Amino acid sequence: MLGKLTLDAIPWHEPIIMGTGAVVALGGAAMLAALTWFRLWGPLWKNWITSVDHKKIGVMYIVLALVMLLRGFADAIMMRGQQALAANDGAGFLPPHHYDQIFTAHGVIMIFFVATPFVLGLMNVIVPLQIGARDVAYPFVNSLSFWLSAFGAVLVMASMWIGDFAATGWVAYPPLSELGYSPTVGMDYYIWSLQISGLGTTLTGINFIVTILRMRAPGMGLMKMPVFTWTALITNILIVAVFPVLTATLALLTADRYLGMHFFTNELGGNAMMYINLIWVWGHPEVYILILPAFGAFSEIIATFSGKPLFGYKSMVYATSSIGVLSFFVWLHHFFTMGSGANVNAFFGIMTSIISIPTGVKLFNWLFTMFRGRIRYHSSVLWTVGFMVTFAVGGMTGVLLAVPGADFVLHNSLFLVAHFHNVIIGGVIFGCLAGMSFWFPKVFGFTLNEFWGKVAFWCWLVGYWLAFTPLYILGFKGMTRRMNHYDHPDWHPYLIVALVGAVIIGMGILAIGIQLYVSIRDRDQNRDLTGDPWDARSLEWATASPAPFYNFAVLPEITSLEQHWDDKEHGRHFVQPTRYEDIHMPKNTGTGFIISAFGFVMCFALVWHMWAIAAAGLLGVIGTFLFRAYDRDVDYWVPAAEVQAIERRRTDMIRKAA
Amino acid sequence: MGALGLLSLGGCNIELLNSQGSIGQQEKMLILIALGLMLLVVIPVMALTLFFAWRYRASNTKANYQPKWAHSTAIEWVVWTIPCLIVAFLAVLIWGTTHALDPYKPLESKAAPVKVEVVALDWKWLFIYPDYGVASVNRLEIPAGRPIDFKLTSQSMMNSFFIPELGSQIYAMAGMQTQLHLIADRPGTYRGLSSAFSGPGFSDMHFDTVATDERGFAQWVSQAKATPLTLDKASYTMLAKPSEKNPVRIYARVSPGLFDGIVNQYMSGPAPAGAPMKAMAMRHDAMAAE
Repeated sequence: MLGKLTLDAIPWHEPIIMGTGAVVALGGAAMLAALTWFRLWGPLWKNWITSVDHKKIGVMYIVLALVMLLRGFADAIMMRGQQALAANDGAGFLPPHHYDQIFTAHGVIMIFFVATPFVLGLMNVIVPLQIGARDVAYPFVNSLSFWLSAFGAVLVMASMWIGDFAATGWVAYPPLSELGYSPTVGMDYYIWSLQISGLGTTLTGINFIVTILRMRAPGMGLMKMPVFTWTALITNILIVAVFPVLTATLALLTADRYLGMHFFTNELGGNAMMYINLIWVWGHPEVYILILPAFGAFSEIIATFSGKPLFGYKSMVYATSSIGVLSFFVWLHHFFTMGSGANVNAFFGIMTSIISIPTGVKLFNWLFTMFRGRIRYHSSVLWTVGFMVTFAVGGMTGVLLAVPGADFVLHNSLFLVAHFHNVIIGGVIFGCLAGMSFWFPKVFGFTLNEFWGKVAFWCWLVGYWLAFTPLYILGFKGMTRRMNHYDHPDWHPYLIVALVGAVIIGMGILAIGIQLYVSIRDRDQNRDLTGDPWDARSLEWATASPAPFYNFAVLPEITSLEQHWDDKEHGRHFVQPTRYEDIHMPKNTGTGFIISAFGFVMCFALVWHMWAIAAAGLLGVIGTFLFRAYDRDVDYWVPAAEVQAIERRRTDMIRKAA
Repeated sequence: MGALGLLSLGGCNIELLNSQGSIGQQEKMLILIALGLMLLVVIPVMALTLFFAWRYRASNTKANYQPKWAHSTAIEWVVWTIPCLIVAFLAVLIWGTTHALDPYKPLESKAAPVKVEVVALDWKWLFIYPDYGVASVNRLEIPAGRPIDFKLTSQSMMNSFFIPELGSQIYAMAGMQTQLHLIADRPGTYRGLSSAFSGPGFSDMHFDTVATDERGFAQWVSQAKATPLTLDKASYTMLAKPSEKNPVRIYARVSPGLFDGIVNQYMSGPAPAGAPMKAMAMRHDAMAAE
């Protein structure tokens, strides 16, 4: 019944894991007690877990990302600590088997459960508002997507205390990830957590493509879409194109591990190179999936706070689209050293450097948006300027790695590690945090504390440079990634500096926590009554803050690229319609959560070879899905009178504030 | 930027910029040229970013403010053209150097090349010298000034064979053979390592590359021939078992065709590598029990 699972699966002898486990258990118990004490179970279920409101789902994605950021960062600081200690072949405090799991988990968590949910969260919150829609095209599927991702994260977390996690590196190359060399459940946790969350991401991709293509407000042609929505559209097209590749690749690996097949094994005609190609056919577009919405957020922010329209909107759209297309023709640059011929390597090297053209154009466009502007230094602008300077370097080192002759000596070195942290921290994370402080009031109705926001920015910026500049140098000193210990005394001082940098980034994360606490505490002083706290330009700022659940009382007619700015210029904003109409809205449903919970049971059971329980989980998934498919009670109408009452209250509040 | 600033500070040895072989030196030049080319754009962009950010701050009311200005065909032309030009230069550079530095391309030299067959094992390196009939573990002895023709494979895991001070790396993969051509210009001891993660013993998978003059190398070969160990199928199977931190070991005799046998071991019959795989599985069990 319980397959391979026994009490021995719990790592009793690992003080770090058991200590963390105790803290998490105590914290969890305290939270459950508080929920019970304050009678919050009902509201939690009604307002959040069963919600199909894209704004709430977006918030939950971002909460998931922030929580998992703590875990990913804990892994990071342990790796930095280990390498700062384990000089001269010292053992450090992490034995290889534990250390190898940590760097694998760090990569998996940061990409799949921090960056991806953060980006999806921002898209969820903003895209429907920016295009004047009431919700996404498939609100139930949206809820399902989120809960699949969330349960994927739970599965990764469970691996910490029940069994182990993969010790293969975050892309899990075979033959190391095959059953013969990774016989423990760690690799199976990896497979099933990525499968379940990957399914959620694919569904999101479909959902947002349909939303953006079919649900724009009347008059909003494609070339009148705000840039953030454009980047979201390209990102979701990439998701739909490449996440099925990841699913299929992992399915083949699963067949190897569970059914004794030989797709990627050494024996019987299996070939690991096939896996390496497939995983990067997904993996390279994946980094553009993450960075494009960040580019979109920076574009909105810099235009708003420069008090000017975005320079070269059309250029931006073409640049974004061409990055999307080109991202499919570069995957081989992840393994120039696999022995491909010079023609193949040169082709992929040149294709990769071509991507820097549209990316460079974007940088210039942000520059010329600031040019002759009046830049107000909100913390989101600090993130943007910090990004532009940092990302320029990351882009340059990326192109250097795209030169095969240079990659022959820099491949897999700490130079590479520094490069992708340069673009992912300096690009994706800066973009997400900028977007969070920019759009926060739209969801919650009050602005974030600026002081702590700026502290967070400076800690992240200084911390990033201190942590990763030494790694750039170590790459030139021939230090390779994923080392548990080393006997090269020269490397040691650099790794100590890197640890200091990581600690400063940790202070940046702490500052974000304090920022959230202080902002919620002082929310009454920082209410945004106008719905437009930054004097912004696009449609999401035309509605109230927090945006009402139906987003817009009356769907706007779009006549301009910067509709909201235009309305303000012509005095058309805050004009009350003469009559309201009933609004058609989706009903909340718990089925997304329940399907995902059954999916979690199935995946957990598959990890441990509990076949009966896995079958029960699968039946639960199918049964709940069928139930939902035949449920006709999925929507309702908000009466015009109720809409009118909500809008009246808002008008009164604005009048009072004025 | 900081990286480059610190790089130029010197004071300690930056291996890739102090290359001891002609391949590595060409790669160093390539890196410096490519970086220089890109810095032509990157430095102005960074400087302009900081300058605009300062110049057009809201409190500077003297700065020109054009709230409607969002398009300029001339600027658009410039910002598309500059990166296109840089990438065009880079493309030519990439095409040429990728062919010139192709790891499979034999080096042009008057001296006769030395053949070395490299086998990545869990977790050590085996070097077979087919022309001399000797082999060594975790120590690569080469004559300076003579090209080295490497053929590489792996017993099980994928590794990457890399001697930073000499230049290019290449993957070593089971059931397959890759090639690499390097040369050491001067005698010296250069560290080599695996740069592709291959499991628990990976961090100790490094070796010294000892480049000596022609006489020193000949001496080493004759000393090797005088040692007692033989590398045949049986002793290879023993050696191939997973182990860590292996000391240097020399084999006086090597069965002919051993390397090809290792490359081809997966071509026939079901799972002949079952033995090492089982050993690994036991290793993991032992670790879990620790």
